[in-house]
Amino acid sequence: MAEAKPADAHGADGETRRDFIFIAAGSVAAVGATATAWPFIDQMNPAADTRALAVTEVDLSAIEVGQQVKAIWQGKPVFVRHRTAAEIAAAQRDDYASLKDPEKDADRIKQADGEPGKAEWLILQANCTHLGCVPLPSFDPAYKGQFGGWFCPCHGSDFDTSGRIRGGPAPINLRVAPFVYLNDTTIRIG
Amino acid sequence: MSGHSTYEPKSGFTRWLDKRLPIVRLTHDSFVAYPTPRNLNYWWTFGAILSLCLVVQIVTGIVLAMHYVPHVDHAFDSVQRIKRDVPFGWLIQPIHAVGASMFFLAVYIHMFRGLYYGSYKAPREVLWILGCLIYALMVATGFLGYTLPWGQMSFWGATVITSILGAIPFVGEPIQTWIAGGAAIDQPTLNRFFSLHYLLPFVIAGVVVLHIWALHEVGQNNPAGIEVKSKADTVPFTPHATMKDLFATSIFLILFAVFVFYMPDALGHADNYIRANPVQTPPEIVPEWYLLPFYAILRAFDFNIGPIDSRTAGVIAMFASIGVLFVLPWLDTSSVRSMRYRPAARQFFLIFVVVSCVLGWCGGQSPGRVLTQAGDYSGTVRWAEGGQLIEQPIAAASEAEYPAASRAAVSAMRERTEMLLANNSPEGGVLRAVIGGTPRSLEVRADTREELDEKMSEAKRGAFSQGAPFILVDKNIPFEFTVTRLSQLMTAYYFFFFLVLLPLLGLIEKPNRVPDTIAKPVTGQAQGAS
Repeated sequence: MAEAKPADAHGADGETRRDFIFIAAGSVAAVGATATAWPFIDQMNPAADTRALAVTEVDLSAIEVGQQVKAIWQGKPVFVRHRTAAEIAAAQRDDYASLKDPEKDADRIKQADGEPGKAEWLILQANCTHLGCVPLPSFDPAYKGQFGGWFCPCHGSDFDTSGRIRGGPAPINLRVAPFVYLNDTTIRIG
Repeated sequence: MSGHSTYEPKSGFTRWLDKRLPIVRLTHDSFVAYPTPRNLNYWWTFGAILSLCLVVQIVTGIVLAMHYVPHVDHAFDSVQRIKRDVPFGWLIQPIHAVGASMFFLAVYIHMFRGLYYGSYKAPREVLWILGCLIYALMVATGFLGYTLPWGQMSFWGATVITSILGAIPFVGEPIQTWIAGGAAIDQPTLNRFFSLHYLLPFVIAGVVVLHIWALHEVGQNNPAGIEVKSKADTVPFTPHATMKDLFATSIFLILFAVFVFYMPDALGHADNYIRANPVQTPPEIVPEWYLLPFYAILRAFDFNIGPIDSRTAGVIAMFASIGVLFVLPWLDTSSVRSMRYRPAARQFFLIFVVVSCVLGWCGGQSPGRVLTQAGDYSGTVRWAEGGQLIEQPIAAASEAEYPAASRAAVSAMRERTEMLLANNSPEGGVLRAVIGGTPRSLEVRADTREELDEKMSEAKRGAFSQGAPFILVDKNIPFEFTVTRLSQLMTAYYFFFFLVLLPLLGLIEKPNRVPDTIAKPVTGQAQGAS
């Protein structure tokens, strides 16, 4: 207390040392604030029980040719479609049509592990790739649509019998749900 | 708050309080003695109306939260229970639902007033930006609240809006999952939307305080758009503005009551009385009326812009349409505030108001709806009666050579007959043709595309019944002016107004003569008459 010359206490560069302490303390505070904020941000991500709902099994034996079943996977609908021979033929023929998002029908029936699928079973995520509505089946004459697959009532996206986008605002084809055959009549989605 | 305080505490208690917490002084200076321009018209009463709307929403909202259950299995039923079983729930729930619409009605009038009288220009830029922020918060709050009744529109509206966020490049899908709390809109989403819907009105209230603070710092704009120059230009807030605000608020509340008591559902959508169903999209998804113009802008982009796909372009345009308001103070180059004295800008402003309303109309329509078309829908069905059918395979050495082989086969056949049809497929294309026979054709006309399709199918059935092996079809669809086309034109004007007209008009327009003071046109005539 007797000699008040703190600037000179540690040599001529006392100010620099004080600056360093300010910057270091500020950095620790910033890192601390970020570390504190993160739990409050991350808590909004899917919880463990929500993530645990990630797998759904579907029994195919009950689905007749020409029928479609909507399975629920991760809270979202999945089309499980038993296609007719005519629809399979149309899907394969249109492999060479002018497509917005070109993809072969054979690639759209593949299983998640890369094994080939079966042409009569098309497993698609049912949310339109535009803004998430569930398209209506246009193979059912009660609904609109020019390509015999699905037609989205919200903004008019039109999908063919392989779920490929053929008209309207959707940027890409209906997504194939990741699935594998557990046996001849059961698939697991997810 | 600007200027000298005229408050004088009268009683011993208020003198005591004034030394410790000058809250009575603050109220007196802000809402009693506060000088307001003496030429304010009724468009200036919407600030008070909006304050009331916020209070009504918060009070009714707190009551509803006492009875509402934010759970996917109970939310829909709990809203119905409020309306049917809770004492006076039949009144309080519609006040909240209609109140949202009334809030937006008032805020749109308030914003158009600010636009017309140039209330965003210096020194009121921060005041205007705070207002835009309040509006953006209102949109978020309105969207969150609309999800809570958990009807079909609630669910699918939430799905569509969160998908809009999913369109943001790279970070979109993680953000979408983060907001929804899962792969789809579900229980976690509903629960957090409820929490945030309760929070945001208080954030709005906080920004409103800043908005009023900024207003009292720079002073109110006025219909003449000129600054207050002397005491003669102003009158005290009480009783002049207070009474005017109360009268306008009463009129506004009558309109409010008409909706609450006589048509509480007129502004909503019937589909929201159907419980949310994640596997069944309603035939059309439309937001509440107050968001329709922005929905129309979102849907107007049905084409890709270079590397930006149509969906992302729509999302960018929709956010830009609100974002442009934030920079408006620097877009308008005119030194004259009020459009009263801007003859050209006034015309374009009126068009802008109409365009905004038309956009709202477009947002509620089916995008493919044809408004008018250039000419008739017509089509020709051609077939051959009798003759000999030839089926000739089209073969090529490889897939790459196939199109050329197909074209060659078709042109070779065209030498012999016009009635030919090629089914192309590199795995085994077939060329079918009819040689000889009597060529027949049938022309149909229709007023709509559906009618044309129907008539064509009928003509085809007729041709097949006469034994035609195949038919040739020509369709002539005229140019169709659809709701989407109209939305595109209106969207173009919306941005043209802000980004081109306002910057340009300020430079080239010759404004009318602006009065010297606020008082002169108001009191000058009165003095002359007496």
